[in-house]
Amino acid sequence: MANNLFDQLTLYGMATDKDAFSVTGVTKVYGEGPGAVHALRGVDLALPSGEMVVLLGASGSGKSTLLNILGGLDSVSAGVVYFFGKELTAMSPAELTLYRRHHVGFVFQFYNLMPSLTASENVELVTEVSDQALDAEEALELVGLADRKNHFPSELSGGEQQRVAIARAVAKRPTVLFCDEPTGALDSATGRQVLRVLQDINEHFGTTVMLITHAAATADMAHRVIEMADGAVRAVRINEHRLDAENIEW
Amino acid sequence: MVSPLDRKLARDLRRMKTQVSAIALVIAVGVLLLVMMGGLLNSLEQTRLSYYQQYRLADIFAPVKRAPQSLLSRIGTIPGVGSVSGRVVGNALINLPNQAAPVQARAVSLPDFTEPLLNNVYLAQGRKLNPRHRDEVSLLEGFAKAHDLGPGSSITATMYGARREFNIVGLAQSPEFLLSTAPGEFVPDDARFAVIWMSEASLAAAFDMEGAFNEFLVSLQHGANERAVIDAIDRILEPYGGVGAYGLDDQYSNIFITEDISQLAVSSATVPPIFLAVAAFLLYIVVSRLIDADRIQIGLLKAFGYSTLKICAHYFKLILLIAIGGALLGCALGVWAGQLMAAYYQIYYKFPYLLFHIDLAAILIAVMVSVASASAGGLLVLRKVFELTPAVAMRPPAPADYSRSTPLSASLIRRLDQPTRMVLRRLMRRPGRSVAAILGIAVGMGLSVAMLGVMDGFNRMVDLNFSVVDRSNANVSLIEPMADKVIYELARMHGVLEVEPFREVSVMFRNGTLSHRGSLSGLISEPQLRRAMSDAGDTIYIRKDGVVLAEVLANKLKVGPGDTLTIDVKEGRQPTLRVPIASIAHPLLGAPAYMELGAINRLLKEPGRVNGAYLRIDEQHGDSLYKQIKNMPSVAGVSLKHEVRRAFRELMDSGAGATRYVMAAIAAVITFGIVYNSARIAFTESSHDLASLRVMGFSNGETSFVLLGELGIIIFLALPLGSLIGLMMVDAIAQGFSTELYSIPSTLDGRSVGYAVVSVSLAALLSGYLVKRDIDRLELVSALKSRE
Repeated sequence: MANNLFDQLTLYGMATDKDAFSVTGVTKVYGEGPGAVHALRGVDLALPSGEMVVLLGASGSGKSTLLNILGGLDSVSAGVVYFFGKELTAMSPAELTLYRRHHVGFVFQFYNLMPSLTASENVELVTEVSDQALDAEEALELVGLADRKNHFPSELSGGEQQRVAIARAVAKRPTVLFCDEPTGALDSATGRQVLRVLQDINEHFGTTVMLITHAAATADMAHRVIEMADGAVRAVRINEHRLDAENIEW
Repeated sequence: MVSPLDRKLARDLRRMKTQVSAIALVIAVGVLLLVMMGGLLNSLEQTRLSYYQQYRLADIFAPVKRAPQSLLSRIGTIPGVGSVSGRVVGNALINLPNQAAPVQARAVSLPDFTEPLLNNVYLAQGRKLNPRHRDEVSLLEGFAKAHDLGPGSSITATMYGARREFNIVGLAQSPEFLLSTAPGEFVPDDARFAVIWMSEASLAAAFDMEGAFNEFLVSLQHGANERAVIDAIDRILEPYGGVGAYGLDDQYSNIFITEDISQLAVSSATVPPIFLAVAAFLLYIVVSRLIDADRIQIGLLKAFGYSTLKICAHYFKLILLIAIGGALLGCALGVWAGQLMAAYYQIYYKFPYLLFHIDLAAILIAVMVSVASASAGGLLVLRKVFELTPAVAMRPPAPADYSRSTPLSASLIRRLDQPTRMVLRRLMRRPGRSVAAILGIAVGMGLSVAMLGVMDGFNRMVDLNFSVVDRSNANVSLIEPMADKVIYELARMHGVLEVEPFREVSVMFRNGTLSHRGSLSGLISEPQLRRAMSDAGDTIYIRKDGVVLAEVLANKLKVGPGDTLTIDVKEGRQPTLRVPIASIAHPLLGAPAYMELGAINRLLKEPGRVNGAYLRIDEQHGDSLYKQIKNMPSVAGVSLKHEVRRAFRELMDSGAGATRYVMAAIAAVITFGIVYNSARIAFTESSHDLASLRVMGFSNGETSFVLLGELGIIIFLALPLGSLIGLMMVDAIAQGFSTELYSIPSTLDGRSVGYAVVSVSLAALLSGYLVKRDIDRLELVSALKSRE
């Protein structure tokens, strides 16, 4: 029963012996005929819960497509994806909405804050609809922006906006946090700050974090690095020694 | 070689085709109306002028009791007179075998062996009269067609008490009878009024007018003073029982067409600008949005070295293309619709031909004005292009600034959830635009309310007039004022329940230099069948010592209760009376003036005279009763109330009156256009935010609330405002539509407001549905990846 599953999953600190995601034979084709684009060509992956995962790869390697599929934003052309044993690829749009609402946080390159809401209101937007969310102020404190809570996005710098976006994504205590190039539009100092926040969240809350980046150096802070090329997984490596965000070379 | 910017232009147009076509269509409707109404106006005026000239319609009509033909030369010597002719006219009653009630007719003579010098007729069918055959007539084409009569048929008519059989040899039309109305009636009706043209000799014999005329027709020389000529004619005709000459301005058929033309002129001056303003507003919004979206491209173009002016020219081309496209479409449709309408008008007014003429220069100017005014909205936006620097291309877009908009109060904020705050802040961030949307919808709705209100007014006028003011079933008019014993005759007839006599006297009302040609009606002091009503709807008793004046008349003559009015009687001894105004009545039809019957007769020194009577009858005996009345030699006509009522409704629904339906439809289109565009624009502007909400796990319904909530509030605020605007417009429009012939009460039925509220809400629901469908289809991934 979906409800039971979600009830279980929303319990914080769930069993980690099961993989957060199990991906088998996933392909994704955009378009038809000779013009069709094969974004994913049979991806198989198992991602344990609680890890920080970095997806590396050139433009068009399929990493964003994979992330969108895992995040419930896009459908597969073939293959199956399981989320803690529940088949994500079989969910209805309404179930996917609930999945995103209760389990998934997103952070994008361009922040996507609501310009009409203040920092704390942007966070409350999410906490209002989830069951065991953090207090908005608490979430902003996590990202070091408690003193900017009453500012509108237009009054915040790029790095600050991105940290509000992260606070918004983590405030609902998601099971998984997906970040698509979260530092892409930021300078190095601000970028490191943002990565620090993501690392903290992963360590303190055990949230599985999936991070897409162009910057190969970022991979040094991950538990697991997945390299993608031409829509397929080229290599998966586990970091024995992880670096702190502060020590990442930019 | 097409420049890359022009290719971009073509693709932009294709991409925004729905919105672009919607705006072009609004412009097209504006131009369509401009061209159609302008063309129609022009055509009606020219056709009327040409018809009047070609058939030599007289400038002055001078009815007289009986005047010798020798007066022709005397009138001809009045300075300013062009040509003069005399004729014999009289009232007749046509007996149609299939109709119980007799039909009133006007018999008009045509010269026996020459073409008429003035008031010629257009022979539509058949042949001219042969003066040697005294029983030949030409019949008014409209009437003939309404009763399936034609050359070869015969009719029976009663003239001056004698019944005769006539052969119809031709069907004719005349500029004098574009719209034909029985004497003493207001409502033109093809079926209920006929004009019979006969040879002069034959008609003179019928009306005992041999060697004499009872009407002179006069044309004026260019630049002549009409007033002076009329006064001179009146002086000449006075000894012969002249009842006052009058100009074309007082000629019934001409009054109608003049009213119609002026109503058309008012509509053509007011309606198209509304469309152009709406189009300008929409263009402003759409181009403004396009430039926001193209910000980065504009920055890049500037970085590549394109000048600001060149980039502006690119967007200006887009604006011009939409405006010109719309205008051209409007022109084409306008010419087409104008021709259709002209054909309709030709039938309605029975013009033998209609010159549909479009003044090309005027149209060109109109189109240029339309293009300029519609594109003004878009031009206003181009200043944005100047403000952009090339650097914007390199930076992520700044979020829309909400820090400077009016803050919501803290106590309000506490009670609202985040989506509601988003809705309110979006509305308050651009208050100008929100207000414009609210106003736009409210004006559109107001227009609908007003049109429905005017329809209410028409209905109320008809109801009031035919059930409250006039409670008779029939109105019998006599061929001339007669002793009131005829009333007792009528009262004795089987089936007659109630009879009330009346006396109708042709007069000229005067107050200083202001005057009005009309009639004074004598009624009994406490009439039951035909009443004068006050503003509040109370019965006004008819007085012996003063006249009860219709409000239109009081306004025209600038008099009120207690003032004294000069009344020049144009009949009998033609006395001039000075009578105080007892009270002001609010009749809905016509502009009557009432006084007690006995008092009028005393003033005229003609005791016991009546012109006719209002009857209340038992409808069961209607047919036999009308047959009996038809056979009374003294009766000039019977008008049946239900027929008048029907004819009146038809009149209200045709000609300029019909435009209210068109306007109501147009109002609905504008309202829907603005509602839908508001929803559409809000959607495009916030699709990025909406996609973010969906990604965060908000359901389609919750996401739609953020967008549709905004629309909902706009509609919610527009509804009462629209009703208010409607109420104000009803008053203005009712006055605009009211004429001396009828006055529309400015009433507003709760139902009309209800209809408008429901239709605006339906428009909102439909727009909401269309936009919601797009929200449901939002491409989450692409919306988030894009920077805008």
